[in-house]
Amino acid sequence: MDSEVNPHAAYLDRILDRYGCAATNLLQILREAQEQNGYIHPDAIDYLIVKLRIPRARIEGVASFYSFLHLKPHGEFRVLFSDNITDRMLGSIELMHKMCRQLWVEPGKMSEDGLVSIGTTSCTGMCDQGPAMLVNGRTITRLTHQRVQEIGQLIRNRTPLADWPADFFRVHDNIRRKGLLLDNKLAPGDALCAALVLGTQNIAETIKTSGLRGRGGAGFPTGLKWEACRNAADTNRHVVCNADEGEPGTFKDRVLLTSHADLVFEGMTLCALAVGAQQGFLYLRGEYRYLLEPLQAVLQRRREAKLLGKNILGHAGFDFDIAIHLGAGAYICGEESALIESLEGERGVPRNRPPFPVTHGYLQQPTALDNVETFCQAALAIHMGAESYRAIGTAKSTGSKLISVSGDCPRPGIYEYPFGVTVREVLQDCGAVNTRAVQISGPSGICVSVHEFNRKLGFEDLPTAGAFMVFDDSRDMFEVARNFVHFFAHESCGFCTPCRVGTSMLKQTMDKIAEGHGTKHDLSEVENLDHVLQTGSHCGLGRTACNPILHTLKHFRPAYETRLKSLDFEPAFDLDGALARARQMTGRDDAGAHIEAEKS
Amino acid sequence: MSEKKKLRIATTSLAGCFGCHMSILDIDERILTLLELVEFDRSPLTDIKHCGPCDIGIIEGGICNGENVHVLHEFRKNCKILIALGSCAITGGLPAQRNHLDLGDCLTEVYLTEPGLAHGHIPNDPELPLPLDKVHPLHEVVKIDYFIPGCPPSADAIWKFLTDLIAGKTPELGHGLIKYD
Amino acid sequence: MNDTPTFQLDGASVPFEPGQTVMQAALSAGHYIPHLCYHPEFKPHGSCKLCTVKVGGRTAASCTMPAETGLEVESDIDEINALRRTLVQMLFAEGNHFCPSCEKSGNCMLQALGYDLEVHTAGFRHLYPDRPLDASHPDILLDFNRCILCELCVRASSEVDGKNVFALAGRGITKHLIVNAKSGLLADTDIELADKAMQVCPVGVILKKRVGFSVPIGERRYDKRPISEQALDDAPRAPAGARHE
Repeated sequence: MDSEVNPHAAYLDRILDRYGCAATNLLQILREAQEQNGYIHPDAIDYLIVKLRIPRARIEGVASFYSFLHLKPHGEFRVLFSDNITDRMLGSIELMHKMCRQLWVEPGKMSEDGLVSIGTTSCTGMCDQGPAMLVNGRTITRLTHQRVQEIGQLIRNRTPLADWPADFFRVHDNIRRKGLLLDNKLAPGDALCAALVLGTQNIAETIKTSGLRGRGGAGFPTGLKWEACRNAADTNRHVVCNADEGEPGTFKDRVLLTSHADLVFEGMTLCALAVGAQQGFLYLRGEYRYLLEPLQAVLQRRREAKLLGKNILGHAGFDFDIAIHLGAGAYICGEESALIESLEGERGVPRNRPPFPVTHGYLQQPTALDNVETFCQAALAIHMGAESYRAIGTAKSTGSKLISVSGDCPRPGIYEYPFGVTVREVLQDCGAVNTRAVQISGPSGICVSVHEFNRKLGFEDLPTAGAFMVFDDSRDMFEVARNFVHFFAHESCGFCTPCRVGTSMLKQTMDKIAEGHGTKHDLSEVENLDHVLQTGSHCGLGRTACNPILHTLKHFRPAYETRLKSLDFEPAFDLDGALARARQMTGRDDAGAHIEAEKS
Repeated sequence: MSEKKKLRIATTSLAGCFGCHMSILDIDERILTLLELVEFDRSPLTDIKHCGPCDIGIIEGGICNGENVHVLHEFRKNCKILIALGSCAITGGLPAQRNHLDLGDCLTEVYLTEPGLAHGHIPNDPELPLPLDKVHPLHEVVKIDYFIPGCPPSADAIWKFLTDLIAGKTPELGHGLIKYD
Repeated sequence: MNDTPTFQLDGASVPFEPGQTVMQAALSAGHYIPHLCYHPEFKPHGSCKLCTVKVGGRTAASCTMPAETGLEVESDIDEINALRRTLVQMLFAEGNHFCPSCEKSGNCMLQALGYDLEVHTAGFRHLYPDRPLDASHPDILLDFNRCILCELCVRASSEVDGKNVFALAGRGITKHLIVNAKSGLLADTDIELADKAMQVCPVGVILKKRVGFSVPIGERRYDKRPISEQALDDAPRAPAGARHE
């Protein structure tokens, strides 16, 4: 090209150096490159193409996949209001509109002077202390009119984020009920020592006997996973911790990473021992960016204590270290194969299975990928022994589970229970009254209503990754479902036809009903779509996308029916509204310029 | 002589070019057979202005203005079965190619800023139907029971479809008769 | 009795070679399974989901399903064909597929599948997205209105041409095709007419300029025989360099 030095070379070289100039680290490189200008400059891409030896289209393709990355200027201050239903229940939308008015910008847009952009983002995991927002990737909680006003002022004055009141960024654990995990007295290294005593070849077997199943939602038997990884042919193996916690209403991993990081890393390390891995990753959702430095500090401490690195605890050949990679705003990266794609610097699209990550994971090498809580539970199980662990919980759901409670209750936060606890008991403990419904395990989970509150949390009945959103009888369950449907449409990766198009069709249908144009015909279309999504989807997102509507239809049908215009058929759009543009251009408002509503 | 009551069929072209109606007429002498079974209500072929109670309504063309909506509503109210005939009725067709443009921009360019146009003025007589901001296929406005695709569907396809329908069979076109162009 | 392993497809015995997918084996034996994003010269992709089949009560894409002895695969059944019909309808509603003026009409896989499945309407509300045309290249036109995101051009350009001209950007319903150029224009890429990427588009996105409508109606690929009778043409074969179809 030209002989001039690219103006972006200096900061890019520092970043590239940190990431070994490897294309597999593309997402991390782009994330950090963006911090320079608030977006990824086209000339910066020119430089990266040469240094990483990858095509421009690949960089643009990756950047445009993740919500938090931008290829065009997006404002010096990028404000994103968390848009989970729990945020809305606390007035987040009014606050957003207030801030838009204050800063003279439309929602979803950037101000003309490039100062600020304001929009919404999927649940940021602060449901117990919302409404929440992200400003340039930093979490701010407990928004009020006052706080929003102050933030608007700080932005107007271009005050750097580092100088904003520290209290804005404070995140509380809100631990309400402890159990086996949250009350553990393990010191760093205790579980690892127990594992070493057990012997490498017995770790997976012990986990199998303990009955431990994954805590991220899928519930796969952890011992079987580790054993399969251990038995894989390729000896280059990896351990990955899924800290993407994107399911709306879930924030238990956030608390574990804040206050029990040692236990998380301990679990990962003994997994590495069990499967024979040398490299580990913590894939941390971008919304938890503020945890990066504290977690790096824990890792460094563990290295100094010989709990990570070469010859761990003096055992020659026991080498393992952990790198932290951040996500950039894509729920689908919580799906294990999509997460691995993201780790490899690609778009987060779930892979074709088989083969599975245990044999062909990161870089097509055997990878044991588990949830944050799973690694903690594994460390506990190794330390206390399989039989003691089995004694907690139920026959098919052993051990304890962290529940993140939010919504209509006076005591939102983290509750730990042995598996088998009833919904009613959790509601009592958090002080909820007049509860109409509980959404278990987020939008992709199950909505239960009053007559089902005796049901139990666990794999036998109500499997859950932990989210527990409470709705009292002042809430409109239709709007809850609509929020969830919008979420899936926004987060669909777009790979497969049924989910890419189907989630948008569902969103259109819910919006049509919300605007007063819904009919029974629309409800039956939802059932057809559900069948298509169930049988055709590439991954779990598509398969569960219709659940919010179907469950709320089952329990709260009147919430839909009172909105239906007629029970027969309605146009897909507002007929009279469709003439508005023509009326404006011709200046007409006579009878012929309007369409009367049909009575059918 | 047949004592059986004849089926009443109404037809119209909304935002269509009448090519589908021409295709109906391409059934040539088969129209004589058809007329033993059906009689036409409102239709370009009869010049009856308004649709009365009918068994079948066949509509070509999509919805591009307010008047189309009124006629479509009249057909839906009066016809037991509605058939969308041709590409425009089913997908919006050629008129729908304007959908990604803003209607206001179109009207401005055509009536106000087009080179050579002096004293431009967007027509606003109350008798004129106003265009919708987007062109829509029929099924997005009313429930449509059947669709015969094509631009236009061939006479053979129309014939097969109608005869199946009149005989009480679920219409099926098959390779050679089904086409979208 | 020979040693060739077989599986059952709609009651018929299909032989397969180790390593083949159900789709590849089926097509080689002349059994058609509907597909859009599969190509006989590329690795399976699995995005269109048209090739979904039912095995043991569960559904999965047959293009990524390894063939195994004893599998009982159901493909030509009402439930699966209804699914395929809906998928075709979704694709027609998602893009701007105006067949009457499309250069690919008659040679288009999406259209041919619609005919074969007796799809009379898109059923859903049309999205009418605002998609661009790229006529910057002197010899090639890109009409993104018709893109079904099958990624065949992406794979061809990368795996065969060694060029990476095409890629996908965006997420979800905004997912779209882009070209490898700072300007975003095809003219600034290294695409050439002889590229494999020029030959694999199943619909009317990637078009050679000045050759539209050169084949009379009645003589186009899917005029004479429905797509379901052309299974053998899509049986797996090794990449043969620049081939004109």
